Parts: sequence; C-alpha cells; structure tokens
Amino acid sequence: MTETGILSFGAYIPKRRLQRSAIHAFNSWFAPGMRGLTKGEKANANWDEDAITMAVEAARDGLTGVDRARVAGLTLASTTLPFADRLNAGIVKEALALGDATAASDAAGALRAGASALLQALGGTETRLVLAADRRLAKPGTEAEMNYGDAAAAMLVGQGDVIARFIGGHSVTVDFVDHFRSTGADYDYAWESRWIRDEGYAAILGTALKDGLAKLGVDGGSVTHAIIAVPVKGVPEQLAKKAGLNPDACVDPMMAIVGDSGAAHPLLMLAATLETAKPGDTILLASFGQGADVLLFEVTEAITRLPARRGVAGHLAFRAEDSNYSRYLFHRGLHSLDKGMRAEMDQKQPGTTLFRQRKAVLGLIGGRCTKTGTVQFPKTEISVNPNDRAQGTQEDWPLAEKTATVIAFTADNLTYSPDPPSFYGTIDFEGGGRLVTEFADVSKEEVEVGVQMRMVFRIKAVDEMRGFTKYFWKAVPANKGDA
Amino acid sequence: MPRGIKDKVAILGMGCSKFGERWDKDADQLMVEAFDEAIADAGIETSQIDAAWLGVGFDAMNIGPSGIPLSMALRLPNIGVTKVENYCASGTESFRGAVYAVASGAADIALALGVEKLKDTGYGGLPVRSRGTTFDMIGVTGSAPGSFAQIASAYRAKHDVSREDLKRAIAHVSVKSHANGAKNPKAHLRKAVDMDTVLNAPMIADPLGLYDCCGVSDGAACAIVTTPEIARALGKQDLVAVKALQISASNGWEMQAGGGWDGSYFHTTRIAAAKAYEEAGITKPREQVSLMEVHDCFSITELVTMEDLFISKEGEGWKDVLDGFYDADGGIPCQIDGGLKCFGHPIGASGLRMIYENYLQLLGRAGDRQRQDNPVFALSHNLGGQPVQNVSAVAIVGLHGA
Repeated sequence: MTETGILSFGAYIPKRRLQRSAIHAFNSWFAPGMRGLTKGEKANANWDEDAITMAVEAARDGLTGVDRARVAGLTLASTTLPFADRLNAGIVKEALALGDATAASDAAGALRAGASALLQALGGTETRLVLAADRRLAKPGTEAEMNYGDAAAAMLVGQGDVIARFIGGHSVTVDFVDHFRSTGADYDYAWESRWIRDEGYAAILGTALKDGLAKLGVDGGSVTHAIIAVPVKGVPEQLAKKAGLNPDACVDPMMAIVGDSGAAHPLLMLAATLETAKPGDTILLASFGQGADVLLFEVTEAITRLPARRGVAGHLAFRAEDSNYSRYLFHRGLHSLDKGMRAEMDQKQPGTTLFRQRKAVLGLIGGRCTKTGTVQFPKTEISVNPNDRAQGTQEDWPLAEKTATVIAFTADNLTYSPDPPSFYGTIDFEGGGRLVTEFADVSKEEVEVGVQMRMVFRIKAVDEMRGFTKYFWKAVPANKGDA
Repeated sequence: MPRGIKDKVAILGMGCSKFGERWDKDADQLMVEAFDEAIADAGIETSQIDAAWLGVGFDAMNIGPSGIPLSMALRLPNIGVTKVENYCASGTESFRGAVYAVASGAADIALALGVEKLKDTGYGGLPVRSRGTTFDMIGVTGSAPGSFAQIASAYRAKHDVSREDLKRAIAHVSVKSHANGAKNPKAHLRKAVDMDTVLNAPMIADPLGLYDCCGVSDGAACAIVTTPEIARALGKQDLVAVKALQISASNGWEMQAGGGWDGSYFHTTRIAAAKAYEEAGITKPREQVSLMEVHDCFSITELVTMEDLFISKEGEGWKDVLDGFYDADGGIPCQIDGGLKCFGHPIGASGLRMIYENYLQLLGRAGDRQRQDNPVFALSHNLGGQPVQNVSAVAIVGLHGA
C-alpha cells in the first residue's frame, strides 16, 4: 500500500527579533500590565515581507532537494493574505517557478487554516505543497503585540517515500468567537482570556483531542511529540494531561524566541519537531480556531535521508537582536514618520507589463542563449553577448536558487527606503547572469565586493494609492542561516 | 572610421546664464539669458538661424514636451526646433544636432540650447522618476549618488586602494573644484572648502559624503554654430572649431552580462574617448589635451573618468589627483570653471556649459580663471544614467586648423 504523509518540510523566520523589553520600555507608562510578558523576543518581518514572501521562503526551504516538477498543487494558508481578490498562492507559484499546470488555492478564515489545509491535502493523493504564513498586526500596548511573531512554514505532502506517515485526523467546527477580525479591519478584537481558556481550549480543543485519539485508536501515552499550538503558558500541558498524553511530550511553542505566528504556528512547530524526530516517533498536531483540527503522524526511517536545510533551527540561528520599536511600528504603519518627497513616486503597476514579464519579475527567470551559453537577466530578443548577437535563441534560465558574488555596491542614505540606508549593488550569478538589485536585511559589516549572496523574494514597493503590492527578488549574504 | 567632424564646424557665439538656485526665473527666462549672450557674441540676427536643438533632461518636470518651449522663449521664426533628451548628455546631444546640421550643409547657422529648472521640485538632488515599465519592476530606484557610489567599491577592490586613500583622493577632487568655482561669477557654489570639511561631511551614499556630490541647479547655456567659411565671412578672426563629437550608449553589456564589466570604470566613456581622439587626430591625450571639463556629478566619477579618458593610467588616477595634476595650475586642469560640482548641474545645460568654458579658455576670455599656457585642445565629457547603464559624450573643441 502506498503511504500518504509528509515528504518534506521547511520554515522561515525573519532575521530581526524584537525584544519585548523594548516594547515595554516604550509603552509601560500606558500599559503597565504588560510587565509580565516582557521576557524574550519575537520575530518581526521587515517592511518588505508579508505572508506571501515568507511563504515563498518557507517553500524554498521545504523544497530543498525536491524536484519541483513533483509539486502538483499548492495551498497558501494565512489570516493576513495581502490580496483579498488575487490568488495569493498564484504569486507563490510564480515565485517558485512551478509549472502553469499547478492547482493553487488560498486558505484562510481562522488561525487553524494552516492545519486545516494540511489535513485536507493529506486526504488527497496528489503531491501538494501546504504553506502557512502570518504577519499579524497588533495594536501597540496590547497583549497581542507582545505575543504575535511573524513566520511561515511549509509541508510537502503526498504519497511515496514519506518522512512522516499520516495516521489520521479529526476535526470539529464550533462558532466560538474568542477573537475576530472583520474583512478589511487591521486588528483583532479579543474576548476575556479566562473564558477562552475554559470554554475554548479546555472544552472544545480538549474534547477534540480526546475524541481524536479515540477515533484513531491511539493511546495518548504513546505520543512522542504533542504539538498543542496554544500560545498560553501551561495550557498545552493541562490539555495533554486531560487527554491522556504525557505533558512532557508537549513541544515548545517557541513563544520566547518567535512569538505566536498565527496560522503558521502549528506547522512551524511541526517543522521544528520533525527536525529532531526519530524514526518511529509519533507526532500529534492540534490546532485551534472556531473548532479544532487534530492530526497524527508516525515518523519513518526516510527522515534520516532528508537533505539538510535551514529549517527552524537554521532560521533561529540567523538572528539579529532588535530593540528598535520605532522602526517596528513604522514598518507596520503604526508610526507616521515623514517619508519625504522622494517617497512620492507613483508606483502604479501596469497589469499588462507584469503579465508579460511575470517570469522575470516573480520567478527571477533570465535567459540562456542555446547557441553560446550566455546567461543574462532579463531575457531579451537579442543576446547581450557582445561577440554574438544571436536572436530568438534564449531559453528560460532560473536564477533564484543560484548564489551570486557582489561586484559593486553602496549604502544609500538619500533614496527613500523604509529601512535606511538602502543597500544595493551589482551581483554576478554562479554560472552567468548579472543583476543590479537591493540587498535585504544587511548591515554595513556584512557587505563587501566579493561577498557571496543568495536571493530572497521580497516586496519591492507598494502602490499606496491603489493598494497594490509589487514583488521582486533581493540579495542577502549567502553564508548566513545555511544548514 | 568615417571622416569625422574635425574643423568642419566653428562656434560663432556662446552664452551661459548664471547657474544656481534661480528662484527669480522660469526656464524660458533662463533660455533668454543664455541666448542674449550667445547672439551678441555671434553678431547675427535671430532670423539668420536655420535650425535649433533643445537639450533638457527632466522635461516632464519643467518645460514639458517638444521643441516648442525653445521656439516660444526665443520667438524663433518658425524654424525646425528639435528637443533631445539623453540623460546628462542632453546638452552635448543638442550641440551634436546643431553641429551635424551645419556639417551636412542642411543649415548654414544652427542653434543648440540646453536648459534645466531643477529647483522647482521641492527637494534637493535629482527628481525621482520612472525609468520605464520594465525597469520599474526589476531595477533599483536608488539615488544618483547611490548609483555612482558603487564605482568606488569596485575601484577599491580592483586596484587594492584603501578606503582612506580613495576617500582622500575624491575629497581632493572636490576641494579643487571649490577653489576653481570661487573664481567664477556664474557658478552656483563660490566658496572654497578644505579637506577636513569634505572628509567630515555627512555621508550621502557610502563612500560619498555631501561634498562629493555636485549641486543640482537651474541654468541654461547656448551655442551658435556655422561653417568656418561663414564665420570668417561674418568677420570672426580666431575660430574655435569642433574637433570631435562622440557619444556612446550602453547596450546592456555592463548591466546584464555576468563576468564582463568589473564595475570599476565607465565602459562607454572609454569607447567615446578613443573615437573622439581619433576623430580629432589626438594620439597622446596626456600631452595634447590642454584642459578638460568632465562630468563630475560625483567626485568618484571625475576620478575614474581621468583614467577612462586615457589621461591617467588605469588604477593610478587617484595618485594623479592627489599630486595636483588636475588642479587649475596642474598639468591638465580639470573643471577650471568649478565643474558640475560648483558651477552647478542643470542637466540639459551642462554639456553646453562645459563647451562654453572651453570656448572662453581657447579664446583667452576666461578672466580670472584664464589658463596662461595658450590652450589648443579642450575636452568636455558628459555621463548620463548610472555606471551600469549610461550614455557618455565626449566633445573636443580647439583652435581652427590646430
């Protein structure tokens, strides 16, 4: 019998980790009650990252060593999708340079959207990439602000040489409004935490855990890793105990080092668990949100053959401590610093040009001359090779996964950037091709001529007049966060 | 190589407005200011002009489209007026149009005028603008200093020059231009500065500080050209003739072809310079060129250009700069009028402003700035765009018959 399960996994956690003490230092005069939440740090996406860009990075991590032609479908789950009506997963598909015959869909609606999408994919037979990402806004001075972190995770599911066999799942749906966010609203509105603890976590999720284990005929005590994605200290252990699970099997929710990444969080915890899991381990995943999803896996021997990747551990290590609360607020539109006249350039994106150049812009696909082997970006009618103006000879040449070397660069204080100074420069790709592009998440010490870079998918600019986000590829130092 | 332009066209008259923050005047008034001087110098009537070219870089932000703004400002007699735009080479481009028209015989007398109003944007530096629909999706919308600062990183890496040495050399470039600009009544910036001021100025785009950047200005400059024969017939004795006019445009090699251009020099300038020397019959530029006005939009651009014009050896331009070879009293003065740095940089006017200074120097009319060694060949150079993709223009003027 062909087994269905997880074939591969990946993660993405932004480099900057905002110190919760820095938030409290600024807001304590107004919200002294937050003092108990000031421990640790939370991952915060840069201005040019959103659910789509983080999902792309997690997907690339998860596709390490995987032939992308295998991916038949893709789901992007998030409660913070940038577009309400434009397939967000479609942008991810272009960025991953997947074939047009890819079934892609967005999943949303609740914090368990990631786990639900995973459960749904596991019910099928095709190889599907399940991505979950969230970059949630929180009002300054709230518990949510302290708790929320930004991250993404990827699970490639399907049949074949699975690293974790899917044993089964259980779902319940109840319109329990612990918090909500209306369409178009910026912030969550949350009810009293004690009520959520008793009627939500204990009653709904606790029951789902018990029922799920019973339905699958699994003894709770045999579960090696219990991922109960509830961002409240002590609650996962209490629920585990009541459901007959070993409380010590509870997986660290990473609240002190990442924060609660919403729809991404259950899958992020699953990725972290898979990084250290051994063949034969049983993993339970429980996700909460207007009901609950419970999934059960058994790790196989194939996990020992999975190629190395950055994963959760790699991204956690590629870290920059950040105490700049002002910048954090500014990047989230919560602090109206004057951007100056240079920021006034109209960013209108013609739909026609983006469609014609979608492979170059979203996929970083250049051209390679089939006659001379010259690689260039972007692809053009006539080759850039000065010794052979071959015409119409270029084949698609993906550059996103190639490393590149810095030829020239600067740190520009004059041009408008939400994260000044703006670093950019000229880079040469391994195997040919050149690009002048921005450098993301870098400091002065990290860049010099000759430094190796890798590409990341980011927001290039936002057309604030029309509400359109423009994406492109930027470079980051290559040796950071490598597995 | 074609026969070229050497000695086929003479400059009949030139004019240049005062450059600077011309809060008092619109573009059409600046055009008139430059034109009045040129037409008086030429000693002709406006009705004798057969064709005109207008150079402007940011037309959408000041005068608007077409050649009409020039025709209207000067009330030209319904002749053909063509507007040209080629980044910072726009002024030299307008000159090329007029010179080629005369050389072809299509016009007896032609006018070139460059103008720019940059101080109506509300902020310093060049206006931020689109560079086309494809570029806007995949290119970097950096500032001009940011674009050019990249040259410094590659130059340092290639020639193993320390950050400090290069910073001092480019600082000397600016100190020299400020000293020159102080002597020029038409210059935008007329204050001398010392090395420490330049070295300690706020960083704009690493390693370029405030004083490594030229000012952007309002201004206009104008040339009236004709054949040497007509010039003589009009009573001109000492003729300044066009010796060479070359423009080279990037074709994507620098920006797109990995492993080719190393980022440390200007590919197009080398091509335009080699062609210009050949057109002018100059075989030893370091010995034959009397003075230069180059595109010192940023100090590093001027330094690297000294090598790209084959005056300094590759990798040694920074030493020549520090040795004072390009100072007003050096071997070949560069920016004896203050350059873009201090005379100012109204984009469309700059190429013509450079030729204007060279013209004055060749005729001994440069006042306090006059070079005393009887200059023969004077070179001007523009560079538009950014190091990875640009237009370079080299114009050489000299005494007719030299």
